[in-house]
Amino acid sequence: MSLSALDGGFADPPVEAAHAFRAVLQALSRPGRIERIAGAAPPSPCSPAAGAVLMTLCDPTTPLFLAPSHDTDDVRAWIAFHTAAPLCGPETAQFALGTWGALQPVGRFSVGTSEYPDRSATLIVEVETLAAGGARLTGPGIETEAALSLPEVDAFRVNRARFPLGFDCLFTCGDRVAGLPRSTIVAEG
Amino acid sequence: MSDTDYNFAYLDEQTKRMIRRAILKGVAVPGYQVPFASREMPMPYGWGTGGVQVSAACLTPEDTFKVIDQGADDTTNAVSIRKFFEKTAGVAVTEKTAEATIIQTRHRIPETPLTEDQILVYQVPIPEPLRFLEPRETETRKMHALEEYGLMHVKLYEDISRHGEIATAYAYPVKVEGRYVMDPSPIPKFDNPKLESAALQLFGAGREQRIYAVPPFTKVVSLDFEDHPFDPSKAPHPCALCGAEDTYLDEVITDDAGGRMFVCSDTDFCARRRGEAA
Repeated sequence: MSLSALDGGFADPPVEAAHAFRAVLQALSRPGRIERIAGAAPPSPCSPAAGAVLMTLCDPTTPLFLAPSHDTDDVRAWIAFHTAAPLCGPETAQFALGTWGALQPVGRFSVGTSEYPDRSATLIVEVETLAAGGARLTGPGIETEAALSLPEVDAFRVNRARFPLGFDCLFTCGDRVAGLPRSTIVAEG
Repeated sequence: MSDTDYNFAYLDEQTKRMIRRAILKGVAVPGYQVPFASREMPMPYGWGTGGVQVSAACLTPEDTFKVIDQGADDTTNAVSIRKFFEKTAGVAVTEKTAEATIIQTRHRIPETPLTEDQILVYQVPIPEPLRFLEPRETETRKMHALEEYGLMHVKLYEDISRHGEIATAYAYPVKVEGRYVMDPSPIPKFDNPKLESAALQLFGAGREQRIYAVPPFTKVVSLDFEDHPFDPSKAPHPCALCGAEDTYLDEVITDDAGGRMFVCSDTDFCARRRGEAA
């Protein structure tokens, strides 16, 4: 493990994690809204936003799947030091990190059970661009309609059809994050 | 800054992560009660331990925090929770609804409409709306899974056949986004229409170890029948102090001779109106 794995954590964990969580909470409860999330400096290709999400939500109790796009020695070492989350396969993952392409097929991830729909995966999807345009979103958290640049539409339509089961997504790009809970109805823009 | 003997907002980071994950799943499945590993808090169950844990997980140092108990800022429960976070999180506190960013509430929704920048945290005693109809958790969980809410409608129907109307005046059950039947905590049914809000609403039940959520602009429908529509009734009086005709009122006994007055239960709203009138 290189020494650089020890760097890039929160300087003041309770306060920075609180800020990061509020950004994630706003993003997920208002789909389409893009929030800034700062404080983390993980090794490439992991974005600062994804790093902050990992440090805010992951710990030794949350199995994490690293998709091939992010499964590097540096990322593994950084996650091990800063979160201690155990790495696992996609089927048992509570969190998953990767590009949308590398996370495919997303049908592998846990969608919870009808009695415990909360026991489902949260996907942290690294995207090249994140903008309030593209797919049209409606549903809880959205007053009339919102728009968000999504990597595709069909997968989220399938995911919504299973509601209340389904996975939830956080899209990260640089120091920004957006959320797409399973409850959102997604249509072509 | 806060008292350095405590971690920011009292709870340790591992606990906050666990609560934060539960809150996010609650937001993703509106109205579904997410189990969480509720901690013992330095106050008894029934005093808002669930709400306090949710608030602790959400607070940032820049927040302005308000606590109400039955609408009032100055009751023991509200004062002690406000002081708790003043001491352990070092946050600013206020009694003014419009200035607060996080409002923890016991059994009321403020009269002043909430905004997108606010989070309302409810203290919940019994999160399960079906609990008094079916005591077994295994069964109520199955009923939610199967969307089997016939029992609740039977209960409301029996109310009508016995009393001529639905006799539930508080903790009036609602259906969230057409899927889960939810207990809105023991708010008066007068407040039910306010559950459709621009603010994010989070519910914490400490003893029962459940967290649930209603995201902004989520559809929240009070259960009723076509021929007995939901009626958010109120006492037929204006507030004796501020004269408001559209607020929820408390009946206050003023002497031993049957004297009484009706006043706004939302003390901030009432005080502001009286300030404007003066």
